Amino acid sequence: MIAGTISRISGPVIMAKGMKGSKMYDVVKVGAEALRGEIIRLEGDEAVIQVYEDTTGLTLGESVENTETPLSVELGPGLLASIYDGVQRPLPVLLKLSGDFIGRGITAPGLDRSRKWDFTPTVKKGDTLGPGDVIGTVKEFQFEHRVLVPPKIAGTVTEIRAGSFTVEEIVCVLDNKVRLPMMQSWPVRLPRPHQKKLDPLLPLITGQRVFDCMFPVTKGGTAMIPGGFGTGKTVSEQTLAKWSDTQIVVYIGCGERGNEMTDVLAEFPELVDPRTKLPLIERTILIANTSNMPVAAREASIYTGITIAEYFRDMGYDVALLADSTSRWGEALREVSGRLEEMPGEEGYPAYLATRLSAFYERAGRVVCLGSGERTGSVTVVGAVSPPGGDFSEPITQNTLRVVGTFWALDTNLAYRRHFPSVNWIKSYSLYLDCIAEWYDKTIARDWRELREKAMYLLQKEVELQEIVQLVGPDALPDSEKAILDVTRMIREDFLQQSAYSDTDSFCPVEKQYAMLKVIMTYYEQIILAMNRGVSLRQVQALPLRATIGRMKEAEDAEAVRKMIDEVSSAIARLEVEK
Amino acid sequence: MKETPLLTKEYRTIEYASGPLIFVSGVLGASFGEIVKITLRDGSVRTGQVLDISEEHAVIQVYEGTSGIDVVDTTVRFTGEPARINVSKDMLGRIFTGVGMPRDGGPDIIPEAVLDIAGMPINPSARDKPADFIQTGMSAIDGLNTLVRGQKLPIFSGSGLPASKLAAQIARQAKVLGEGEEFAVVFVAMGITHKEASFFMQDFERTGALDRVVFFMNLADDPTVERLAAPRCGLTVAEYLAFTHNLHVLVILTDMINYCEALREISTAREEVPGRRGYPGYMYTDLASIYERAGRLKGKKGSITQIPILTMPDDDITHPVPDLTGYITEGQIVLSRDIFRRGGDPPVDALPCLSRLMNLGIGPGKTREDHRGVADQLYASYAYGRDLRRLVAIVGEEALTDLDRKYLKFADGFERQFITQGDDDRPIETTLGIAWDLFATLPTDELKRIKREHIAKYHPAAQETEQKPEETGRS
Repeated sequence: MIAGTISRISGPVIMAKGMKGSKMYDVVKVGAEALRGEIIRLEGDEAVIQVYEDTTGLTLGESVENTETPLSVELGPGLLASIYDGVQRPLPVLLKLSGDFIGRGITAPGLDRSRKWDFTPTVKKGDTLGPGDVIGTVKEFQFEHRVLVPPKIAGTVTEIRAGSFTVEEIVCVLDNKVRLPMMQSWPVRLPRPHQKKLDPLLPLITGQRVFDCMFPVTKGGTAMIPGGFGTGKTVSEQTLAKWSDTQIVVYIGCGERGNEMTDVLAEFPELVDPRTKLPLIERTILIANTSNMPVAAREASIYTGITIAEYFRDMGYDVALLADSTSRWGEALREVSGRLEEMPGEEGYPAYLATRLSAFYERAGRVVCLGSGERTGSVTVVGAVSPPGGDFSEPITQNTLRVVGTFWALDTNLAYRRHFPSVNWIKSYSLYLDCIAEWYDKTIARDWRELREKAMYLLQKEVELQEIVQLVGPDALPDSEKAILDVTRMIREDFLQQSAYSDTDSFCPVEKQYAMLKVIMTYYEQIILAMNRGVSLRQVQALPLRATIGRMKEAEDAEAVRKMIDEVSSAIARLEVEK
Repeated sequence: MKETPLLTKEYRTIEYASGPLIFVSGVLGASFGEIVKITLRDGSVRTGQVLDISEEHAVIQVYEGTSGIDVVDTTVRFTGEPARINVSKDMLGRIFTGVGMPRDGGPDIIPEAVLDIAGMPINPSARDKPADFIQTGMSAIDGLNTLVRGQKLPIFSGSGLPASKLAAQIARQAKVLGEGEEFAVVFVAMGITHKEASFFMQDFERTGALDRVVFFMNLADDPTVERLAAPRCGLTVAEYLAFTHNLHVLVILTDMINYCEALREISTAREEVPGRRGYPGYMYTDLASIYERAGRLKGKKGSITQIPILTMPDDDITHPVPDLTGYITEGQIVLSRDIFRRGGDPPVDALPCLSRLMNLGIGPGKTREDHRGVADQLYASYAYGRDLRRLVAIVGEEALTDLDRKYLKFADGFERQFITQGDDDRPIETTLGIAWDLFATLPTDELKRIKREHIAKYHPAAQETEQKPEETGRS
């Protein structure tokens, strides 16, 4: 055993002497209270350790004991509907052990050791197994939890058991004496292996018009949501957690508010997944490391989350990982780096910030899983970013931009006027449009892409026209341009705006999204046609169509909206030229 | 915790002093964060706290400042204890220094408990969802940015704007409808002037609330470092009153900018790598350790609601202090010089204001069913009206359509009638009533954010206007 003594204490970072033989990222136990920490730098026999708990009360000379294992998470039945802190300690268990406030030096295993699960084997004696093969299933709520052979392990089954077991009990024995329980553990900083990465060809349907129709992200893709405070990052992340069409959602509250996590905890058991009709909490895993919890554990929380996400991906499921907010993670890196007195890069962030960020986002992807049976699974990563002062030129925003496929720029001015989601349609982009065009063509409609481009063109045109209006007033515009302003206002208010709190509109199926856009664009086409005939814009505006279109959001389904297409076009077509 | 050693050593080994810090060498067995007693040559005793320990030296921040400390005769004694404060229900009505010593000439507190001022993070799964609507009697807050129990809602002010008046009015008027529960106010002054502090004290005296208030006073001429302890002392007392004595505690922290200045001073003296504008990189975490100490706990009756006040330097909301605060707190109330000049009282600029927990406190059974829609509509219409003001400045009012002129009037009416209220204490019904009167000046078709059935039910002229076709065009 490697054991040393504390030689320096500075906030969450300590140094220990006599640690010869330690490896980077080994987990250590610090002091009499056995606070957990992780080695982040080695210099001779001296180790620099970030401690996952408050270091108040530690003294020089206290012992530091190396466990010689890297920081790992426990993976197995019992993850779903759990809430963990950044190093996978279950918060309800901590509540029992230390009361309403989180004390120090408490350890609790990530998975419940006493709970029994019904294990149904899918292999039999004599089968040859390789890494990633499914040996059996466990029903967790309604979810089929597939128990996998851990990576790097292979052999022939000599014994397989069925029945009720705890996560530690052996369910399968291989000929090379490997004994497999349902649980496995995996070091969080190491990506879990897969066979190969696939191109992301399927969209991640979120039920949000501005995301799905305008700036889509794919299953296995990456997206970022930067925005100043109050622009709705958290609401967007929570909306995605609620409505994304994945089987599993991992939600990381990284350095954010405690009340927000309470909100999720209170709300999710009551909300129902629109596709499976099951309570949302049953597909959700929460990682809560609020802003006042120790900063080193915040740094770890992102990795804990993505490792759990990869585990479910390896079973062949689609997983959405929502991280709110990656800036707090970057700040944790900065804080620890500052304590290490490292040479700072931009704005005090360490120079390795970009490397860490891209390594994290590259763990997303759609893959062919290890094991036989050609399972595919995906991890989609959506990271919120909180740029100081809402200024997107800061290092975390810029470094993230380089690696993500979709950019949802939230805009303070839109938020001020309560245009939510406050996604700025001029700044945002998605690199996945070409990847998913085929899916949209087949599933929704052939002209989806065309409608989208037209709407985007009009919105772009609106910006130019607004500049003219600011100079010369709206009356100076010709009717054809006034019509554009009329339509873009509809696109903004009746299409892009979507209330996360509305009971009818918080989730909008893709078919309905398409129909809504079609209605608005039909309105525009018909105006142009009518004006070519000599009908004036005022005549069109006098029709009660604006109110009809304004109530589209409340329409029951796509069919109801589709009927409006004809209503709109025939109403305008009927107009006669005024003498 | 470890046992306190029976033998304590005194050190006479101060290497050097720098700003509010002293560096003591050859220290054995000091623990991180512990409190030290520093005895000066003249026998006076000061308190400090260990910030950093290495084998060379221990870094100590001195709460009362380092003036008069020398490196020869001054002795340093390590107590082995973290910073703690004596707490008791008898603290109500008393005044303390930033580190919790009586400052009103009264007797020492007989402690019911001795608590670590750093506190511990609340387990997120122990938190109860904030849900009780607090009626502050202010339309700008109740109507648009509702405060709920357990929330932390700061006031962003500018120098010279009446943030104190607003905070005092909230403290005076705040109530949860239909309840007569016990409340308390913990008031923490950090580096504010004597005049400001006495304004609050007089206001509390006038309303008879004085004996429900615990004051922590660190005025502008008091030691800077004490400011770092003051909010933590205040919140420790607040937690004790809320979760042991079941009181509903409102914590007012003013002025957070002074707190952050003190933080920067310490950081600079330690020669740390600075973040934005010289503030330390860990300021977010540090502020969070204050702001996050608000909320409710499952199974406990009491609650802590925080109203921090901060002055935005040069009215700049992107300055690191308001910026990081906004990222931690659950919304913000923003005062604006522009609205102040226009005569707004309180001068709340509604657009950048936000209450993240609003939805938990409003709706049927709490306020009224139309509340959400009314608030959204007020925002949308006011924002549009404000945009038009800019346009009018360039092209003149004549160039506007009829509809746009109505919006312009709406924006004026919103500021004059809805936001401005002086010393009135408005029930929520009155607030919503004023909103509907303003909506009556707009065509009903424009009220897209409000459900149709609510328009039918609450619109002052629902019957006549509903069927009238809308004919105005809008550019």
